[in-house]
Amino acid sequence: MNTCSCSKSDLTLVDKVLEEYAGTPGSLIAILQKAQAIYGYLPADVIYRIAEKTGNSPAKVMGVATFYTQFRLEPVGKYMLMLCQGTACHVNGSERIAAAIQEELGIGDGGTTEDGLFSVKHVACLGCCSLSPVMMINEDTYGSLTPDKALSIIREIRAKEVQG
Amino acid sequence: MRVIVGEGSCGLAAGAGKVYEALQTKLEGIESASLGITGCVGMCWLEPIVDLYNGKMLAKRLVHVAPEDADDIAAAVQSGDLSLVDRITIRKEDEDFLRKQTRIALRHCGVIDPADINDYMADDGYQALEKVLGTMTPEEVIEEIKVSGLAGRGGAGFPTWFKWKAARNAAGGPKYLICNADEGDPGAFMDRAVIESDPHSLIEGMMIAAYAIGAAEAIVYVRAEYPLAIVRLENAIKQAREAGKLGKNILGSDFSCDMRIKAGAGAFVCGEETALIESLEGNRGMPRLKPPFPANSGYWHKPSNINNVETFANVAWIILNGGDKFAAMGTEDSKGTKVFALTGKIKRGGLVEIPMGKTLREVIFDIGGGIRDDKEFKAVQMGGPSGGCIPASLLDTPIDYKKLSATGAIMGSGGMVVMDENTCMVGMAKFFLDFTAKESCGKCVHCRIGTKRMQEILTRITEGEGREGDIELLEELCAAVKDGALCGLGQTAPNPVLTTLRYFRDEYEAHINEKKCPAGSCAALLTYSIDPSKCVGCTMCARKCPAGAIAGTVRNPHSIDPEKCIRCGQCLAACRFGAVSVG
Ligand SMILES: Cc1cc2nc3c(=O)[nH]c(=O)nc-3n(C[C@H](O)[C@H](O)[C@H](O)COP(=O)(O)O)c2cc1C
Ligand code: FES
Repeated sequence: MNTCSCSKSDLTLVDKVLEEYAGTPGSLIAILQKAQAIYGYLPADVIYRIAEKTGNSPAKVMGVATFYTQFRLEPVGKYMLMLCQGTACHVNGSERIAAAIQEELGIGDGGTTEDGLFSVKHVACLGCCSLSPVMMINEDTYGSLTPDKALSIIREIRAKEVQG
Repeated sequence: MRVIVGEGSCGLAAGAGKVYEALQTKLEGIESASLGITGCVGMCWLEPIVDLYNGKMLAKRLVHVAPEDADDIAAAVQSGDLSLVDRITIRKEDEDFLRKQTRIALRHCGVIDPADINDYMADDGYQALEKVLGTMTPEEVIEEIKVSGLAGRGGAGFPTWFKWKAARNAAGGPKYLICNADEGDPGAFMDRAVIESDPHSLIEGMMIAAYAIGAAEAIVYVRAEYPLAIVRLENAIKQAREAGKLGKNILGSDFSCDMRIKAGAGAFVCGEETALIESLEGNRGMPRLKPPFPANSGYWHKPSNINNVETFANVAWIILNGGDKFAAMGTEDSKGTKVFALTGKIKRGGLVEIPMGKTLREVIFDIGGGIRDDKEFKAVQMGGPSGGCIPASLLDTPIDYKKLSATGAIMGSGGMVVMDENTCMVGMAKFFLDFTAKESCGKCVHCRIGTKRMQEILTRITEGEGREGDIELLEELCAAVKDGALCGLGQTAPNPVLTTLRYFRDEYEAHINEKKCPAGSCAALLTYSIDPSKCVGCTMCARKCPAGAIAGTVRNPHSIDPEKCIRCGQCLAACRFGAVSVG
C-alpha cells in the first residue's frame, strides 16, 4: 500500500487501536475518533494505515473523515475554542461574539493562531441553549457571553500561557 | 442536611463546579451535612442551583450561587437557621416555573444523583422492568404502550407501539434496538438533560422496549458535542450491568440484552434514522431510501427499531402507572406530556414539560415569564431546521401534533426559540438555510443544490441586493425541494422559508423593495447617524470607528460619513450619551 511521505507519525500508536477493533465490523468511525485523540488530528500516513489495516480504500476512509465535522486533517491549537452558532445562540447575538473573537485572535471559523495556541471552530449547538450565547474551550463551557466576556476569557488563558 | 449541587452541563457552564469545590471545603467537619450532586432541574436561567434537603424534603432552593456563598450556606446548615441564606433563595414567582409543569420524562431530573443507581432504585427505579419481565408478555407490553398513545418524541410523532410491533413481527435476526440521542435541532437540549440527569430511566425504557421487540443488543447513538452525557451514561450502563438490569439473564429471567454507546462524529443528517444506521456501520451518514423501513431492514440490514431518548424516558412510567393514565393527559390527537426547551429572548429559559394541549402562550408567557427586557413578542421557532416560525397571532394554538403542523411549523423535538421585535425573520430563514445547505449530505440533487440556491437568494436579500421576483423564485424552489428530496432533511428544509413568507412577507418586501430591515438587524441595510443635539463631542466614537468614517472635533457634534461607514455598530456601543442611532 502506498504510504504518504509528507508526514511521519508514530504508527505503532494507531496500530494498537487497530488491533483492538480488528474483527469488529463497522468500527471505522470509532477508530478515527481514537486516532484523532492520539495525534490531535488525522495525519495522512495514519489515514493510509487505517485504510490498509481495515481493508478499506484510502478514498473510503478519507470520505468518512471529511464527512463528519469532528475530524480534522490539520493540527489544531492547544486550546480548541468551539463557538456555538445554533439557533438560540444566533438569536442572542453569537455573531457579535464571533466578530470579537476574530478581531482578537485574527482567525475565523476553522483557523488556528500562528503561535499554535488557539483554534476556532463554529458548531451548531452545545446543548446549553438557555445560557446562550455559549462557547466551549477544550472541556470547559462558558455561557451568557458578551463580546467583552469572551475576550477576557481568551486573554486570561493567554496570560496564563505566557507566564508559563 | 443534604446539600445538593445541580451539575448538568448548563449548571457547570454557569460555574457549579467551583461552587461544589467551595462547599466541599466549607462543609468539611460539619457532621450533619452531606454534599452531593444532581442533574439539571431545567431552571437553567437560575444556575448555579444548590438545594438543601432534610431527608427527602426540599427545604430550600438557592439560586445564582457563587463560590463566595459557601460560608453562608455552611453556617445555615450547621445552625439550622436557613434564613441565613434568604439572600440567595429562589423567588416565589420563579418557583412557579416548576409548579406549573407535569413531569414524566423529566421526573427524576434535578432530583436524584445521576451517578448512583441506588438513588434511582429508591425512586421506583427498575420496578417497571421487573414488572415487565416477571408478569407481562412482549405483546402485553406493546398493548400497554398502544393504550398510552405514546408517539415518537424525536420529531415525526409516529406511534411508538406500531414501530415496536413491526420490529417484533419482522422475520430474521438478530434484532437491534437503537436510541437516537443525536439531538440535532440546534436549540433543543432535553435529550442531553435526560441522559445527564437520569440515565437509568433511558436504560430501563430501552430494556423494556428490547424485551418487547426481542432485541439482543441495544445501542445509544450520542451526539459528539455531549461529552458529559456520554460519561454519565457509560457509568450508568456499568452499574446497571453489575446490578443485573442488563446483560445476560436480566433480573434472573431468560431475557438477555446488552447495551453500548456509539459516539456520533458531528453531522446533523445522522439524526435521520437511516443515516444514523449508516453511521453506526462506519460509513458516511447518508440516508437510505425507504422502504424498506428499519423495522425490516435496519442495522446490518436486520430488523431494528429506533426511538428518541425522550420517547424511552416515558416508558417505565407508563408501565408502572398504566397507559390509560398517560392517555388521560393531552388532546384527542396527542397524548401525554411533552418536554420543550425554552430559549432565545425569553425571561425564564429552561426545560418545560407540560401535558399536550396547553397553548403556546401558556408555555411562553405563563411559564416562561414572557419576553426579556419587556420587548414585543414576534415569533417562536419550533422544529428547528425542519420547522417554522409561529407569529403572535397564533399564540393561542394548542400544543398538539396536528394543530402545530397546520401552522406550517412542526412539534419537532421540542425546541422553542423565542424571538422579539429585533429579530429579522428573513435573517432567520437565511440562518436555517445556511444550516441545511451546510448539513445536506449531498446524496440527492434537490437538497444539495436547492438549499444552496435558496441560501444564495436569502443572502442577497439580507444584503440589500434582493431583486424583484426573488420571493416567487424562493416559493418555486421550496416546492421543488420539498417534493424532490430523498430524506426528511431536504423535504423539510423549505419550512423556515415558507413559514416566514407566510407570516412575515412584508419583511421580505421591505428588504427587497425599500432596502430596509424592519427589525434593524441586517447590518448591510442599516444607517447609523449622530444626533447633534445629544452629541457632546467626546470623540469616543471617532476613536472607536475602525473605518475612519466619523468626523468632528473635541466638544463639537460629530457626524458619520455613510459612504465610509461599514456598519459595525462600534460607535453605537461606545456612545455614553445615546447620541448614536441606527435605522
Ligand atoms: C434531518 C433529520 C434529523 C433528525 N434528527 C433527529 C434527532 O436529532 N433526534 C431524534 O430523535 N430524531 C431525529 N430525527 C427523526 C428520526 O429520523 C426518527 O424519526 C426518530 O429518531 C424516531 O424516534 P421516535 O419515533 O421515538 O421519535 C431526524 C429526522 C430527520 C429527517
Ligand atoms: S444554540 Fe447554542 S448552545 Fe444550543
